[in-house]
Amino acid sequence: MSEQKPASRNELMVVAAARALKGKRVCFVGVGLPNIAVNLAKRTVAPQMELVYEAGVFGASPARLPLSIGDPTIVTGSTATVSMHDLFGLYLQGGRIDVGFLGGAQIDKYGNLNTTVIGDYTAPKTRLPGSGGACEIAINAKEIMVIMRQSTRSFVQKLDFRTSPGHLGGAAASATLRQEQGWGGNGPSVVVTDLAVYGFNSDGEMELRSIHPGATLDEVKASIGWELRVPTNVPETPAPTAEELRLIREELDPTGAYV
Amino acid sequence: MRDAIAAHVHDGDTVAIEGFTHCISFAAGHEIIRQKRRNLTLARMTPDLVYDQMVAAGCAKKLIFSWLGNPGVGSLHAIRRRTEPAALAAGETLLEVEEYSHHGMVGRYVAGAHRLPFYPLRSYSESDLPNVNPLIRQVESPYGDGKIWAVPPLNPDVAIIHAQRADEEGNVQMWGLLGCQKEAAFAAKRVIAVVEEIVSTSVVRADPNRTIIPGLIVDAVVHEPYGAHPSYAQGGYDRDNAFYREWDAISRDAAATDAWLKEWVYDLPDRAAYVAKFGAAYFKNLTPTSAPSGAVDYGDYR
Repeated sequence: MSEQKPASRNELMVVAAARALKGKRVCFVGVGLPNIAVNLAKRTVAPQMELVYEAGVFGASPARLPLSIGDPTIVTGSTATVSMHDLFGLYLQGGRIDVGFLGGAQIDKYGNLNTTVIGDYTAPKTRLPGSGGACEIAINAKEIMVIMRQSTRSFVQKLDFRTSPGHLGGAAASATLRQEQGWGGNGPSVVVTDLAVYGFNSDGEMELRSIHPGATLDEVKASIGWELRVPTNVPETPAPTAEELRLIREELDPTGAYV
Repeated sequence: MRDAIAAHVHDGDTVAIEGFTHCISFAAGHEIIRQKRRNLTLARMTPDLVYDQMVAAGCAKKLIFSWLGNPGVGSLHAIRRRTEPAALAAGETLLEVEEYSHHGMVGRYVAGAHRLPFYPLRSYSESDLPNVNPLIRQVESPYGDGKIWAVPPLNPDVAIIHAQRADEEGNVQMWGLLGCQKEAAFAAKRVIAVVEEIVSTSVVRADPNRTIIPGLIVDAVVHEPYGAHPSYAQGGYDRDNAFYREWDAISRDAAATDAWLKEWVYDLPDRAAYVAKFGAAYFKNLTPTSAPSGAVDYGDYR
């Protein structure tokens, strides 16, 4: 086997996200990077995982990497192809989804997400796609994982618009409200970026868990718009294996369209 | 198609061309552009390229949607030019927008189809969406277990549904991603069904589980091979992802967008001419190899 190029930051992000799915059973997949992470997890740490696509597929086994969320490859060979009413009602709101993947243009320290607008809603600077299924995934999936590149533009003190709730203004209030209103999910548990992996502490606030090989703590802090909580000992994210990189480069994203 | 649009789509109508990534009737969208319909309220979960093109052509005054993007590629630039004040061209006005989440949009069609005053769902708690869309409201559960969110029924004047096949009576059969074709059609006052193939009624009746809507609710059946391109028809032709990427570049520029509309919509009489212009080889490249389902046995009970 020829010598492999070192992992890029996008590859580090995808591998870290895939590993966070170890042992998970039912995962609601998004397009782009989450799609690659989930398909990598299924080939490595979570072979039993059922892939659910919002377009109406449970138990997908895509033979190629879908560009869109509704690619025909997610249908052929799937366990079930259903209407979107069934998918959002029976599968998602009905509580059958263990992990939902979300991303966004902005995230705050409590894992609340904005995918709607930058600037004022009625006169936006940038009109973003909006919720799609995100706001109901945030509420109904048992656990939320976030995958997105970090910068001070995206990791912000205050969202311009809250499309999808995370731990709201803190864990205690969030847990009470989730309980009272009968939300199915517990909110975000992991955030994976191109620099680091984060969890959430008992206050519901994002906390650094590991820094990717090649990234520094200063770099991580400089690309976050709030005072980041940093525990005393922050390990390095374990480097991708040769097999993980091979799967990404040869099977999942051979043209390098995403990673 | 010309007759169906002329008869059933009028200026000022609320139009739902549905199909989630799959089976989007671009052929109908283009015919609406050619017939210069104006002041339409365009409803779709994902406006996709079809509404970007219709907005660019000046057909729309309002969008009702849940996800506004070019799937897998990025933004819908023609729509952004009509939703971002800084990008608005002189003499243009901002589009009205009314947005939901996917479950909310599906729920609106379901409530419309079921003749119910609202559809209850758990989405929207602690989201800013209800703050900007006053039609998303909370109701008290009559069974004393708290509040639930509600969205109003959506009853389009016309729903346009693409599918693989129908018989001449308009009994429509579809496989692959079903989106909310059935719900949108049952909610609509008028229904245009556009299909890849017209089959005999005996073909439909041999596999009744595959029927998504009956001819009972269909006002016009249009036979339009490749009528969903650059969207796709499962088993027939692939999604033209290359075109979705090309549209990103075309639609960033208003003049290029207009030139595309002239070449591929206004200057062509119909879908057959569009298909011929691409050429048979182009569509051959989009044709998948076969993966047939196993047949089931319904039994003969006479």
